[in-house]
Amino acid sequence: MSLSVEKVSRSFSGDVAVKDVTFHAEKGEVIGLLGTSGCGKSTVLRAISGLDTGYEGTIKVNGEQSRSVNKDLGIIFQEARLMPWLTVLENVYFGLEGDKKEKREKAIQLLKQVGLEGFEHYYPKQLSGGMAQRTAIARALVTEPTTLLLDEPFSALDAFTKLQLQDMLLDLWNSYRPTMVIVTHDIDEALYLCDRIVILKGQPGEVYDNIKIRKPKPRSKSDIELVKMKERILKALELGKEPLVREA
Amino acid sequence: MAISQGQQDTEKTTWFQKFTSIDKKAVGAKSPWGNIGLSLLLPVLLIIVWELASRFNYVAPHQLPAPTIIVQTIWAMALDGSLWTHTSITLYRVFLGFLWGTLAAVVLGSIVGMFSKAETMFDPMIQAFRAIPSLAWVPLFILWLGIGEGSKITLIAVGVFFPVYLNITGGIQSVDRKLIEVGKAYGLSTYQLVKRIILPASLPSFFIGLRSGLGLGWMFVVAAELMGASQGLGFLLVFGQNMSQPAVIISSIILFAILGKITDTILKKFQEKALHWQDTMEKSQGK
Repeated sequence: MSLSVEKVSRSFSGDVAVKDVTFHAEKGEVIGLLGTSGCGKSTVLRAISGLDTGYEGTIKVNGEQSRSVNKDLGIIFQEARLMPWLTVLENVYFGLEGDKKEKREKAIQLLKQVGLEGFEHYYPKQLSGGMAQRTAIARALVTEPTTLLLDEPFSALDAFTKLQLQDMLLDLWNSYRPTMVIVTHDIDEALYLCDRIVILKGQPGEVYDNIKIRKPKPRSKSDIELVKMKERILKALELGKEPLVREA
Repeated sequence: MAISQGQQDTEKTTWFQKFTSIDKKAVGAKSPWGNIGLSLLLPVLLIIVWELASRFNYVAPHQLPAPTIIVQTIWAMALDGSLWTHTSITLYRVFLGFLWGTLAAVVLGSIVGMFSKAETMFDPMIQAFRAIPSLAWVPLFILWLGIGEGSKITLIAVGVFFPVYLNITGGIQSVDRKLIEVGKAYGLSTYQLVKRIILPASLPSFFIGLRSGLGLGWMFVVAAELMGASQGLGFLLVFGQNMSQPAVIISSIILFAILGKITDTILKKFQEKALHWQDTMEKSQGK
């Protein structure tokens, strides 16, 4: 499902956090919202999710204006945010409605896909950080959202788990093809996963650059083209003073 | 000589090693009997010392009768049936008071915890009532409700109400905002949010409230029965005092201890069952 963010601004008690953020995602496109901390990446994501409605500007999901939580959107937070009193299985079908048997079947199917087969009856306290986040990903996907919003989904994980889950996310994207918006401060992650990187910068945060990456996935991390792009992004975030020419 | 001493030493160490290794095994195995033995050690010692002190007149037996005398007293009460009438009426009062106090606390506590308007409206008044020492109500309750069951149960209910109320409001207000957000992201209605997130998330502190409420219930049943009753364990206290029978008083105290412990254990079992998912379960049970 296509997603349009048009001139979105948000201020908190007078302080402007993000200003006139505009970008567009085609159906099935993976967008990375990249920026240093405090530039308002998560604020933009919360506005898209409908959890925060105090913004100015327009957000269109599939061409229609959206200003509330939407069944077509799935959210994955930085922390897994599992309900500690529910088992892994019950957590996964938390957002589903209807027949319990169907819900269970769907959830079991997704747990297989995220590699948690056999852990259905574990409680969150028994899970490692990576397993908890896998559960959260399954919970977000079980409702078959057409757009997936990820708020620094892997930043709390160790390096190895992070790599594993990035690959898993690509696999899942291949089978469900959702539009994805990933908020991240990890340039490598953005280059590895995204079709387009939107760089936010400054305070208030503004769109500084919008880079299209045409390289097909899966990508090698040492790919020359990507390394060059990484340099460009680093420059943009740290040194650059004037906007670079847009490729898009 | 030196050699023999050396031999003795080695013997000692082996004996000591044997001893400690057995000890380690017992600890490592963590058999429930080993733990029970450890927790029974002090009470058993205390009872033995008490018995001996009383037997050999280190303390005046008419002031502090020996444990065997107390057991005899309880046994005699059990035989003539008075034990059951006294304990059952006391249990009945605690149960009803606990029930009513908890019910009121659940209703008011959830409303106050849920709606900030209700909090500004009710909470200051409830806190002001809490500042009144609950025993100060006794004369008023007796005037209003008479000396019968009504005033006693009301007093116990008042005692139970406050800890349960405080823990419910506290529990609801401290539910993790992040979990609520997950519910909101799935478009849950307010009712569903309460049922599926807020209620289970505040269950731990609800149980803490229930257990301290029950403790206060036992405290207030004594107060209620001291004030004027013809039956009950609290009445036995007064009766023993008036008849100069310390054995009756101590029997009653011990029965209170046993009943209080049993009821708390029952609640604790419920708590463990309902909160098995809690990560900090063992830590919170430390008390």
